Amino acid sequence: MSVVQAAHHTLTPLLEMRGISKAFPGVKALDQVDVILYPGTVTALIGENGAGKSTLVKILTGIYQPDGGEILVDGAPVEFGNADAAIRSGITAIHQETVLFDELSVAENIFLGHAPRDRLGLVNWAAMNARAAALLTSIDAPISPYTRLKDLSIAHRHLVAIARALSVEARVVIMDEPTAALSYKEVEDLFRIIERLKKQGKAILFISHKFEEVYEIAEHFVVFRDGRSIGSGLLSQTGQDEIVRMMVGRSVEHVFPKVDVTIGNTVLKVSGYSHPTEFDNISFDLHRGEILGLYGLVGAGRSELCQALFGITRPSAGMVELEGRPIALHSPRDAIAAGIVYVPEERGRHGVVLQMPIFQNISMATLGKTTRAGFLRQAEEFALARRYAERLDLRAAALSVPVGTLSGGNQQKVVVGKWLATRPKVIILDEPTKGIDIGSKAAVHAFMSELASEGLSVIMVSSELPEILGMSDRVLVMREGRMAGTWRRDELDAETLVRAATGNV
Amino acid sequence: MSMLTLEKQPIRHIPDKLSTPMGRFFGSWEALLAAVAIAIFIANSFASPHFLDPWNLSDATYNFTEKAMIAFAMTLLIISGEIDLSVAAIIALASTAMGAAAQAGFQAPALVGIGLGVGLLCGAFNGFLVARIGLPSIVVTIGTMSLFRGIAQIVLGDRAYGGYPTSFAWFGQGYMSDFSWWPALPGFEVVTVEMVAFVIFALIFGILLHWTAFGRWVYAIGNNAFAAQFSGIPVQRTKFALFLLTGVMSGVAAICLTSRLGSTRHTIAAGWELEVVTMAVLGGVSILGGSGTIPGVVLAAIVMGLVTFGLGLLNVPGIVMSIFIGLLLILVIALPIVVRRIRSKAAA
Repeated sequence: MSVVQAAHHTLTPLLEMRGISKAFPGVKALDQVDVILYPGTVTALIGENGAGKSTLVKILTGIYQPDGGEILVDGAPVEFGNADAAIRSGITAIHQETVLFDELSVAENIFLGHAPRDRLGLVNWAAMNARAAALLTSIDAPISPYTRLKDLSIAHRHLVAIARALSVEARVVIMDEPTAALSYKEVEDLFRIIERLKKQGKAILFISHKFEEVYEIAEHFVVFRDGRSIGSGLLSQTGQDEIVRMMVGRSVEHVFPKVDVTIGNTVLKVSGYSHPTEFDNISFDLHRGEILGLYGLVGAGRSELCQALFGITRPSAGMVELEGRPIALHSPRDAIAAGIVYVPEERGRHGVVLQMPIFQNISMATLGKTTRAGFLRQAEEFALARRYAERLDLRAAALSVPVGTLSGGNQQKVVVGKWLATRPKVIILDEPTKGIDIGSKAAVHAFMSELASEGLSVIMVSSELPEILGMSDRVLVMREGRMAGTWRRDELDAETLVRAATGNV
Repeated sequence: MSMLTLEKQPIRHIPDKLSTPMGRFFGSWEALLAAVAIAIFIANSFASPHFLDPWNLSDATYNFTEKAMIAFAMTLLIISGEIDLSVAAIIALASTAMGAAAQAGFQAPALVGIGLGVGLLCGAFNGFLVARIGLPSIVVTIGTMSLFRGIAQIVLGDRAYGGYPTSFAWFGQGYMSDFSWWPALPGFEVVTVEMVAFVIFALIFGILLHWTAFGRWVYAIGNNAFAAQFSGIPVQRTKFALFLLTGVMSGVAAICLTSRLGSTRHTIAAGWELEVVTMAVLGGVSILGGSGTIPGVVLAAIVMGLVTFGLGLLNVPGIVMSIFIGLLLILVIALPIVVRRIRSKAAA
């Protein structure tokens, strides 16, 4: 483990996190991480999805309580029992999707929860609007405090979110992927604001996937991997290669039971597939028995591509051929009938009906098989459910218990069981192991291998590099809705994929 | 590359169900409703000497049969996460159309066709706005509630249509003993045509909801419309069909009610939409969608009918009856929740 020593700084730290740990059932989200923030300095927090960045932000803002370690502000230990306590210590965060209120004015949004009051305890509107105007001027935001939020553009909403973060006496500002939704010009505006905050002596924690931005705005960096702080130091003394290595550096081959499968004929051929806003000109072939990994950053358009292939969203151009015949995908019904099924990322929202029993969920997409002339045949439904439950090693008290009572991994097995019952040709798995404990993860991976060896073609969307590297026969990388390249299994390495996904070629 | 060897364990047996059918019934809402129905029946028979008279009881079934026919369709609609508040207005419009046709000299079969047709069209209109355009059903059907009844009001003004053909009276006033094939057993002579229709529709909707793929779709949509869509269920088409069904059942109720009253005013069936929804909710249908049963709604219909009838025998005015129904609804909803809370406190 190469720890770059934090640089010789003359400044005293404004905020120190020492040995912070946080565990959730089945997963250690943070394991003794150290982060130091200095006044007037931007520190970039870098790491893959799932490296523990969001957990750290939640601890700093008082949403989670750490299991171990300590937080010091100005050298004095503090404890944040709730979000309010963090704000009172001068820590504020701008999230990827800050919750704002469409129907309220800009000033109300900025001061919601801490509006200036008059002697009677009523909202002092004049003071609130004046302070909002001053705050907006201080960040060069050309917005009137009286405007309703719903009338603002995305970029201007973002400025309101920043003003809101600064409306408390903030000394530490956390920016969690602030540029994700911004155009190039808007990013420049944001950086000007950050420069201004630096001059005011605030410490900034900047979370971003984009290396060019990180190198432009930040002085310090911390790299997280698997919930541990792997390295930290000065960006001016550290090359991009070294940071990429810190992000991904681990041997991954041992965890994933991908067996070698003879790859057969082309099953699915996608050409020139485009969507008005989400993806553009995607073309690939998928073969029998093949696992195609779909890698990219969050928001690269991978899920949207898969949902178009499943008939949920309509593409604007392009063609899909299944076993040589062009197919029309207007609805999930069409896709299922053609033999394409989709295991969605948001299991509880899109994958299963949590309130309904296991057997009814498993039979949901194949009611034609367990009914006669439209009438349900319970014995056959239970038989079908039992077949897939046993094949997937489902752990449940009974087949009639609601799916909502199962663990995440077992819920996922129900979704997969539902689709296998349709005897598909192509199965699309969107983040199949997200939020699943380690044991179930291995089971899901083993099962994917088994499916491929039985001749099923698999598309696996994943943001987890080890999973992509371990499971895929081929990887297609997407960046900002476009194809950034395809690599065969023997050409794969983590750094190439990260570079392609982040545009840091 | 080293493989992770997963231990091959013996296949774990998962039972189909945990509890026995009897055990499930005694913990159910239906069991509670049945107990309430029996209690009210006994209380009524003590309260009034006229209660146990077969002809009186037969008369009492009119208190719920027509509303229950709509409530069955409404049950499916509410389970799917939608609602139709225009059902009473559909009755008014269908009844007005039948009245106008009767004035023009049409006979019973044509009137039935018109009643069902108007119900179907109104249901299709609601369904189109909700399932096709994507408007919220509560807003749409509050709108069509005024619209449908407004048309009836314009056509009728303060007048009333009467003069329905005698053959039309059969639906709302007929007894099964009018048929030669009906068994002449003691007690059977008081069974009304509507009562038999109630039983048949209860069976049809019970089978549709509980024993068909369509019924499964209804539950899936009501619990999680996204997951239903992602499973290939035609969500919007199913919802459209449910609005059609509710419209048609309102048409059926309009035929029965018009036939029974023998006249149509624009205020016909005023306020029924709330009684129908109340019946469904009392029957254990979650107003948020996703759960409920037809047997529950059948029991709720009987409970509401018995309450109305018993209070009527005691000469309690109508407004007190609605107070009583309201209290009953709150009580029956609150009881299981309160019991659960007390139990969990005792456990803690």
